[in-house]
Amino acid sequence: MKKPSRNGLKGGNDMIEKKDLEYVAALAKLKLREEDLEKVREKFSMVLDYVSMLNKLDIEEVEPLINVNGMTNVMREDEVGESMNRETLLANAPEKMYGCIKVSKIIE
Amino acid sequence: MVVASPFQNNTEEVKILDLHNLTLHEIRDMIRSGEVSAKDVLQSVYGRIDAVDDKVDAYIALTRDKAYEAAEAIDKRLAGGEALGDVAGIPMALKDNISTNGIKTTCASKMLENYTPAFDAHVYEKLKEAGAILIGKTNLDEFAMGSSTENSAFKTTKNPWNLDRVSGGSSGGSAAAVAAGEAFFALGSDTGGSIRQPASLCGIVGFKPTYGAVSRYGLVAFGSSFDQIGPFTKDVEDCAIVLNHLYGYDKNDSTSLAVEHGDFKEALNKEIKGMKIGLPKEYFGEGIAPEVKKLVMDGVKVMESLGAHVEETSLPYSEYALPVYYIASSAEASSNLARFDGVRYGYRAKDYEDLNDLYIKSRSEAFGDEVKLRIMLGTYTLSSGYYDAYYNKALKARRLIKQDFEKAFEKYDILISPTSPTTAFKIGERSDDQLAMYMSDICTVPVNIAGIPAISIPCGFSGGLPVGMQIMGKALGEASIIKAAHAFQRNTDFLGKRPTL
Amino acid sequence: MNYETIIGLEIHAELSTKSKAFCSCKNEFGAEVNTNCCPVCMGYPGALPVMNKKVVEYAVKAGLALDCQISLYSKTDRKNYFYPDLPKAYQISQYDIPLCKNGKIQVQVDGENKSIGITRIHIEEDAGKLIHGTEVEDYSLVDFNRSGVPLIEIVSEPDMRSPVEARLYLEKLKGILEYLEISDCKMQEGSLRCDANISIRPAGQKEFGIKTEIKNMNSMKALQKALEYEEERHKKVLSEGGTIVQETRRWDEAKGITVSMRTKEQAHDYRYFPEPDLVPIVLEEKWIDEIRKALPELPDDKRRRFVEEYGIPDYDASVLTLTKELSDFFEACAKGHKNPKAISNWVMGEILRIMKEKELDFKDLKIKPEDLRKLVDLIESGVLSSTGAKQVFEEMFRTGREPEALVEQLGLKQISDEDVIVELVKKVLSENQKSVEDYKNGKSNALGFLVGQCMKASKGKGNPQLINKILKDLLA
Repeated sequence: MKKPSRNGLKGGNDMIEKKDLEYVAALAKLKLREEDLEKVREKFSMVLDYVSMLNKLDIEEVEPLINVNGMTNVMREDEVGESMNRETLLANAPEKMYGCIKVSKIIE
Repeated sequence: MVVASPFQNNTEEVKILDLHNLTLHEIRDMIRSGEVSAKDVLQSVYGRIDAVDDKVDAYIALTRDKAYEAAEAIDKRLAGGEALGDVAGIPMALKDNISTNGIKTTCASKMLENYTPAFDAHVYEKLKEAGAILIGKTNLDEFAMGSSTENSAFKTTKNPWNLDRVSGGSSGGSAAAVAAGEAFFALGSDTGGSIRQPASLCGIVGFKPTYGAVSRYGLVAFGSSFDQIGPFTKDVEDCAIVLNHLYGYDKNDSTSLAVEHGDFKEALNKEIKGMKIGLPKEYFGEGIAPEVKKLVMDGVKVMESLGAHVEETSLPYSEYALPVYYIASSAEASSNLARFDGVRYGYRAKDYEDLNDLYIKSRSEAFGDEVKLRIMLGTYTLSSGYYDAYYNKALKARRLIKQDFEKAFEKYDILISPTSPTTAFKIGERSDDQLAMYMSDICTVPVNIAGIPAISIPCGFSGGLPVGMQIMGKALGEASIIKAAHAFQRNTDFLGKRPTL
Repeated sequence: MNYETIIGLEIHAELSTKSKAFCSCKNEFGAEVNTNCCPVCMGYPGALPVMNKKVVEYAVKAGLALDCQISLYSKTDRKNYFYPDLPKAYQISQYDIPLCKNGKIQVQVDGENKSIGITRIHIEEDAGKLIHGTEVEDYSLVDFNRSGVPLIEIVSEPDMRSPVEARLYLEKLKGILEYLEISDCKMQEGSLRCDANISIRPAGQKEFGIKTEIKNMNSMKALQKALEYEEERHKKVLSEGGTIVQETRRWDEAKGITVSMRTKEQAHDYRYFPEPDLVPIVLEEKWIDEIRKALPELPDDKRRRFVEEYGIPDYDASVLTLTKELSDFFEACAKGHKNPKAISNWVMGEILRIMKEKELDFKDLKIKPEDLRKLVDLIESGVLSSTGAKQVFEEMFRTGREPEALVEQLGLKQISDEDVIVELVKKVLSENQKSVEDYKNGKSNALGFLVGQCMKASKGKGNPQLINKILKDLLA
């Protein structure tokens, strides 16, 4: 198989815009450190450029493949089973109170 | 530590036997015949770990106390005359993204450094029931994202054949553990080659089952439509034994196949005369190191000499496999890893101003760079305006790649290719070259895309480093793979080699 | 300027299955916090969902009852966003291929039949519940009992033209879901939730105006009030030359206004993609037909049947079929009774009045259907006067005892024996010669006085109609 082409991606219009990268990061609840931003931008752009190779394919009529082993209708009967003991359930909780998970106040 | 041959008459002092180079089936026979106890075997393994793991760094955690308890229980049952199965008393290792009740499951990430699941993965339940004994949890690339185990938040696992080199990834710890004699078998997970590639680099057998054949319940999800759990073993017979215990319908996994798989051991010791083997030309191109290509072709010649018919073939959409994989698996990963938000479990940042800050700080502080990169890539390709051009398109290309294989398997029983384009690279060599790292998976990724099974078996050495041959079969065509792999094993001596540590 | 109001409603109904949508935890309202949870509905790593068959069945039932096309092939999708009550940080829902679509529901507006379109019905899972700390304490607590409870989302076409219409639609829809017995439909418990989209446009304009979304309406009344407020607000903004901001607003019940939620809302990019952990749902026509055949009698059919079978007016039938419980109760009282209209009057009148007053459900009503029948019989046979009946009714409601025993106990038996009444009247007449004179001289209120005297003489137990009749006969 062929090695990927890099298209000489170093700065310029081929890279993802800084603000777009930050937008994507924010959607994923991530924040990149200022000092890392440029490096990540480069890496991200390189990978994105590589996977954009799919643009070469003209496959509008092809059906997307969703379930690779073609199964359908996997369902269970409406029966109640055992729930997990609450203490066990919350054992990994960073903060809890009155049997609930605790977070900082959410302003509605 | 006293090292003694198991065949010597023992004195009364505690002797740790030198069993670590033996295979699962050899140990099984010795346990059955009473030559060794499960405890003896366990002591031998921990002895080996104590001797070499500070160099190899295969393990994140060891579960000594629980293991000895389990070994004692097995020994009692054997003493009582009970006939136990193939893996009873056999020490095994689990990749640390497979849930173990009461035992930390970290995924080699700061995010889950102190996370202890309250339930067992389905496969672990099955193996426990069959009497296998957990030695410990092995190292991996963080959240299974990587091809070298260098992305672990805790340590890098070294290749037992050359400690300056990577063990492969993401299941590098499991592979190194088996290769170094620190476990008789281990489980890993394979999303884009994460079992087969480390197996190839570490000179052992690694198997990725048909998608759905092995339950994913309890496996911390990375690429849900690609992930499968599979075994690392020293030889093909061991592999068949472990597969017998992994396969089977799980009602708690909606993608689990409800098919009878039979006894994989029946595929051992078979002749492969007349077997039709295809060599997809796209897997032997310029990206493959010449010495790797040569050794794999030598292996193909062995098959030919045994009466198989070999022919070149083509899987035309192969060049799109890596883009499809990196788009689709990253998209699924971005969603699967969103649950790590600092709320119910896992790392929570110490200081945060409000809810949004809690999310951002917890995730940014606890995820490594590669994980963040893939999450962002996945988020991007799913986002409004890009879904059709990237994710949906990748799903369409996926269908075409799968169809390529289906067509090929109408003509051939198995397909053969190199597992990895190169032998083990140096630690740090590819850390800064994103695409070079991704290219490690070029031969393995299409298999996950199509959901078919494949094995990697050792087929030679180059510069003292192992080379692996990949044998692919059609969906639920495990028997053909095992047949061919075992025939290869019987007619070569690569599977008997062990690294000196 | 004449404006036309356009309203569409989005309803979420919790399905009353025994277990949750994707795991076998109990689906139960009001349980102690976090006691009906497991790794699946808590979103622990490694846990996987498995579809509850009943959820699909109930959704198909709803689709058939609402005249929808049932998709023979549908799938689930992930809706991705971060919130503490959403354990996986995605909700399993349906995006582009919902289970049901293109349905309709009939609503009676001012005596006219109107058809409101149903765009789609899809299945999804509920999130957990947030319990907020007080003003001073800066925390929120999360209870995941509700996480994973199955929901159907029913989206209407923007076919409603007034807040009243919207309310009628919701009442009708609620009734149907209750009839199907697939949801408790309790707005106050949250098993039926409603969000509304509203816009206005100048009469005659084809394009829709800018719409706003209203949330947090927790009762039928709140729905109507909120929409009325918002409708006015839109009108005011536009008539002052402004433009409506497209946003989500919260109904503040206490203040009676809607408040913008925009500060905390950014446009969500849910990044929908097909759920890889679940497989597509492929339905067979045969199975759908079986469900169709097994559907219970729905409100509109029952209403037609009540008019035919019981000879009651359509208006009565429409009130009595609003909810399944009510219609079942009426039918238990009316079946085989010779005067269903009287029964209808009592049910629509006293029964509904007192249940509304005491905020009761039918399951808590102590009055048994056979007892209501007996009460009606006692009135018709003249044993009970209407005032006496009301008294007995109150006691029946309070104690659940049957009417005959109560009549005895309260001594309310009317005197309807003609001979006794004649004696009594004769006596009163003889004692009230002046009034008799007055009556014969045309003073009509003399009759009323004489009736009163007779009632007094009978200690209130005289049958007033009989007394009246006999008085008139004897005075003639």
